[in-house]
Amino acid sequence: MAVGIRTEKLRKVYDTPPPSAARGGGFTYTPSFKRSKEKKKFEVVALEDLSLEIKPGEIFGLLGPNGAGKSTTIGILTTRTEPTSGRAFIGEHDVWREQVKAKRLIGVVPQRPNLDFALTAREILTFHGAYFGQSAKDRNRRAEELLEKFKLTDRADQLCRGFSGGMMQRLSIARAMMHDPEVLFLDEPSAGLDPQTRLLLWEIIREYNRQGKTIVLTTHYMDEADSLCERLAIIDHGKKIAEGAPQALKSSIPGGYLLRLRFNRVPEELPAQIRAMDGVSEVRVKETSADVYADRGGPLIAPIVNAAQAAGAELKDVSIGEPSLETLFLHHTGRSLRD
Amino acid sequence: MNWKTFYALLQRDGHIARRNLIPSLMQTMLQPLLLTFVFGRILTTGGMMNMGFKNVLLPGIMAISMVLSGVQAVAMPLIAEFQFTKEIEDRLLAPIDNYWLAVEKVVAGMVQAIISGLVVLPAAWLTMGSGVNISFQHPLEFAVIAVLVAAIAGTGGLLLGCSVGQTQIGLMFSMVIAPMMMFGCAYYPWSFLKAYPGLQYAVLINPLVYASEGLRGSLTTNVEHMPLLAVIAALAVFNVAFMAMGLKKFQKKAVS
Repeated sequence: MAVGIRTEKLRKVYDTPPPSAARGGGFTYTPSFKRSKEKKKFEVVALEDLSLEIKPGEIFGLLGPNGAGKSTTIGILTTRTEPTSGRAFIGEHDVWREQVKAKRLIGVVPQRPNLDFALTAREILTFHGAYFGQSAKDRNRRAEELLEKFKLTDRADQLCRGFSGGMMQRLSIARAMMHDPEVLFLDEPSAGLDPQTRLLLWEIIREYNRQGKTIVLTTHYMDEADSLCERLAIIDHGKKIAEGAPQALKSSIPGGYLLRLRFNRVPEELPAQIRAMDGVSEVRVKETSADVYADRGGPLIAPIVNAAQAAGAELKDVSIGEPSLETLFLHHTGRSLRD
Repeated sequence: MNWKTFYALLQRDGHIARRNLIPSLMQTMLQPLLLTFVFGRILTTGGMMNMGFKNVLLPGIMAISMVLSGVQAVAMPLIAEFQFTKEIEDRLLAPIDNYWLAVEKVVAGMVQAIISGLVVLPAAWLTMGSGVNISFQHPLEFAVIAVLVAAIAGTGGLLLGCSVGQTQIGLMFSMVIAPMMMFGCAYYPWSFLKAYPGLQYAVLINPLVYASEGLRGSLTTNVEHMPLLAVIAALAVFNVAFMAMGLKKFQKKAVS
């Protein structure tokens, strides 16, 4: 029985600095204090009327830059953050009114490992199982399986305090899966992981999803959102700016293709000629290269080659960038995701 | 209420306490026992202090040890776990209402305080040597007061643990714990403060006063002490107040 998730007009205003986990790694916020007769007032609007509908059994991504409100959304959905207004549901349970029922359904991998440092890796898993009422036999067996799966068996009986960042991250994920939750939340799961471990993580997420579990993850890596998520929402400044399947989102923007051309020289009349071609929306020339934004890629090459030849220039190099989420974000906000 | 989860949380704290048994016993016992040795043995044997002081000191040492060990057992981990690592989050995500986790912490602190009391009473007795005159003529009152003192340690630990940040731990010891111990009537009966009427009433906001007086009253026969019923009532009031304030602060810390 897969479980869906719904939020209705979630709004969150922090009157104290938001918790570090919801602030994003390295992101610092400079509050704008208004001097008045009253006490200095700190206010950050982290979420503004965010409504989401996550279908049962899908891998859903929240994509956005640091400080967009991704972690706050996860915080509200996992009972860790109280919304200022609006409602959130896990299955049919209102997260805020039926916390215990919601907690039973979810597993959470936080942005920063919050492992119980007083315990060993194995104990972290077995105690977690015990909190969820698993029998001693069940939890020992399951802990053993997960330690094996996440390649932690040889360090299982050491205190996790001395683990490396990657090991802590793997242990956090193992812990979140310990009670076999219907919904798995992962906040920036691949931040700080090496490329290999990242692929392993994606495979584990997909495999877990194949068992009919709903996965919600936040990321600011476009490739991760693109290859892992079935649907995603792009959020910025606490507002949803787009929602849908990655492919559909990408094809929704005009001029999504980027052709980067390099010539031996760029004759004066050439940029205007390319600009006039069907589907081209913008041409930017820099010395001997030109960036062409267009709604198609390959079909434009032949006319461009012809035009260049006619103008007496030679095309040296071509690369075609397909529509990307980066371009989409840029299109909606005028900023790059990395800004 | 989900007893399985509650019990598992308690087991976790017990597991860690057992692992740290020796260091934590040293941490809470060594100082009171050294004090016992100096004041209860060296100074009394040497004649600087009246032998009767042993009977005054012993219940006081028990009260201090219980309160200190319970407060530390609850407050220190809470302060650390609410810091930026948010270690406590894995337990806040356990399928139980958040405030039960606070209750569990208090219960764990009570257990540690009681164990402390049970260890320190015979240990201090032995340290003092001969001349101690302790009676267990009021076992029921003694048990009730001991449990209430343990509860004060737990609820006080919860309140402190949720009020103090990691950088203020040193300050907490010098500003809260030290005056509490000195004005807690652990080393002298409350009636000795008669000469300082302002102080005598000011110290009544210190729960350790009732702990010391209560244990003294139920363990000794010939030392002046507050009426036990008043002590029990005061301890109960402090417990309810600390618990209510502690829970409120805990909830505030637990959710952002």
